[in-house]
Amino acid sequence: MSAILPPAQRIWWKQPIDKIEWTWILIALTWSLFMFGMMVYWHINGKQNLSTEVYKTTREMYAAKAEKMVSEYQIRTETEQNIPVVKVPEGGDAYLIARLWQWWPILELEKGKTYRLHLSAMDYQHGFSLQPVNINIQVLPGYDHVVKITPNKEGVYSIVCNEYCGIGHHTMLGRIYVK
Amino acid sequence: MATTYRICPRTGLQFDTKAEKLMRWNAVAGVLALLVGGITALLVILTRWPAVKLLPADQFYMILTAHGVDMLIVWIIFFEVAVLYFASSTLLRCRLATPTLGWVAFWLMVVGAIVANVAIFGGESSVMMTSYAPMQAKPHFYLGLILFAVGALVSCFIFLGTLVVAKAEKTYDGSIPLVTFGALTACIIAIFTIASGAIILIPTFLWSVGYIKEIDPQMYRILWWGMGHSSQQINVSAHVAIWYLIAAVVFGAKPLSEKVSRSAYFLYILFLQLASAHHLLSDPGLGSEWKVLNTSYFMYFAVMASMIHGFTVPGAIEAAQRKKGFTKGMFEWLRKAPWGNPVFSGMFISLVVFGFIGGISGVVLGTEQINMLMHNTFYVPGHFHSTVAGGTTLAFMALTYLLVPVLFKREIIMPGAAKIQPYLFGIGMAATSLVMMGAGTLGVSRRHWDMAFSGAPFQYEWPGSAYLMMGLTGVFGLITVIGGALWILIVVGSLLFGKKLEEGTVSAKRTPFAPDTVASSVSSTGNADHVAVPGTMALAGLLLTAFVLYYFVNWKYLSEVWQLG
Ligand SMILES: [Cu+2]
Repeated sequence: MSAILPPAQRIWWKQPIDKIEWTWILIALTWSLFMFGMMVYWHINGKQNLSTEVYKTTREMYAAKAEKMVSEYQIRTETEQNIPVVKVPEGGDAYLIARLWQWWPILELEKGKTYRLHLSAMDYQHGFSLQPVNINIQVLPGYDHVVKITPNKEGVYSIVCNEYCGIGHHTMLGRIYVK
Repeated sequence: MATTYRICPRTGLQFDTKAEKLMRWNAVAGVLALLVGGITALLVILTRWPAVKLLPADQFYMILTAHGVDMLIVWIIFFEVAVLYFASSTLLRCRLATPTLGWVAFWLMVVGAIVANVAIFGGESSVMMTSYAPMQAKPHFYLGLILFAVGALVSCFIFLGTLVVAKAEKTYDGSIPLVTFGALTACIIAIFTIASGAIILIPTFLWSVGYIKEIDPQMYRILWWGMGHSSQQINVSAHVAIWYLIAAVVFGAKPLSEKVSRSAYFLYILFLQLASAHHLLSDPGLGSEWKVLNTSYFMYFAVMASMIHGFTVPGAIEAAQRKKGFTKGMFEWLRKAPWGNPVFSGMFISLVVFGFIGGISGVVLGTEQINMLMHNTFYVPGHFHSTVAGGTTLAFMALTYLLVPVLFKREIIMPGAAKIQPYLFGIGMAATSLVMMGAGTLGVSRRHWDMAFSGAPFQYEWPGSAYLMMGLTGVFGLITVIGGALWILIVVGSLLFGKKLEEGTVSAKRTPFAPDTVASSVSSTGNADHVAVPGTMALAGLLLTAFVLYYFVNWKYLSEVWQLG
């Protein structure tokens, strides 16, 4: 029962290691290093990497930018709450506000074109979860996170909030159209 | 202050009477927390099961907060404190350092746990286990957690003090046993974790009472996860130590190599905490270099350590079984293992569930880019239920079957039920974790009261398979809860009604290790006694294959989503 007794050989660190154990250690090490390399490789050759372009902002500053974008590019409103639908030009800045309990406004994008999507929250932390694509990004108040996105399929997409943000959390559903 | 020592007639282990009492009380407090955690688990399952949807939203979030806090913090840490006292005073055959302080620590933890629960069940503190700022709980929510953490910290220092006592009084010869070394690893990580918790929880408490104006949400997340994820590494170190312990007690298994197993623990100390980054991979405020460095380079050394333990534990069992003559084919040693003994079956299922489901999903989840597919989805609780519940909790359950006769001197009641309990809980939890991960892969989010989005301005319909997975989560979750309830029934029933067992001799004098044990036992590596372990190698190969396939499937999924940069 030596795992619960002091090691039988006092100089246990000089014992040789069995071949089969060495084999497994080397396999484990190789695989670990490979997985390390894979993440670096994806930064170079992969097309899906989370952007690190981030600015400190305030609620007021961010909301002002979003409102300015809406007043410039609004094409219609939807739902009883008259949520504006905004058609952002290619390469343009699309501001999305997360707040209790709404994603505002609705964005209209074009397939294959690239946009600068801005994410920030007005109150608590929220979670940007794009469905059915299943891309998930944390959204924090005070931070303006710029993610370059290129939609690859047309359709109606939903933004689910996946960070708990209070009792109306489950009603926090947004929308992105890709045409 | 003098104490007495008791030699357990069934195992030959020697208990310091004062330490023994502390172990019992800490374990019992843990079981009570598990009871609360189990009831809340049932309510959570019955609410997220779309066909049932039991609780209204406000109660659901309250119960979910209680479930997280009582399971991940209260149950597990109480039990770990009992394990620390056992691994030090009992395994080193010495007295516990400062038992009086042990009681102070115990009551701090009890009061802390009660205060936090009062805050949660009083409402207005439904902030979840992670309690992310700027969402605010009542001040006594944070205060309760701080008190509990201080108690746990004191217990850690008592453990370290006991190691010093044993060394000074020369109660053992050479190095500390491997299991104690594992406990020491857990203790070192615990101290780091609690320090990190203090750095964030104390200002958060001050913020909740109005002394601090604002807490930066990104800073909160980094520091919180310094505690939140590394606290789970305490569990890993502790339950791996329990695997070694059970292998030693049930099979008389010796570590294949002390050097390898101890080095793997050492890697935990160096690298495990840094894996905390895996919760921050989809955060805005951190650079890619930081993410890659922490989750790959550093985390993978810890992953490697776990892969090593996952090899050496069954390897030790195989070697011991082969020496007993179970040498036919690759797996006779495993087939002929005592599958009806809940101590063994619980431990082995814990190892398999932790390795195959928890380990693989953890690494995939911790891959910087792939994380975007799973962050905050139901995949995350799927992952940590297979590690913390299927791994740690089940290992603790298995150990309890060993400790009830030893520590509480009672026979286990309902042996037939005890035989099936680890299967019910372990396999139930494994299945639950898998369907949770399935739902998460389809996008279903965690901590979400209503997947039908009732009352939302738009509609979004999850694919039918997501509803199926959530229904299955309900069914398997129910089975797991029954398995957990059965364990509580057996353990509490045994403590109250189990046949009283002989106490053994109690004496004021410490009995040292039998002088011949050390000399007569020989190590299994590097000498004539050496046994090959092909079965373990085959199992390890299976794990690696599953790992590699699943890893690449997820890269494939990722490559098909929108381009991001
Ligand atoms: Cu939200």
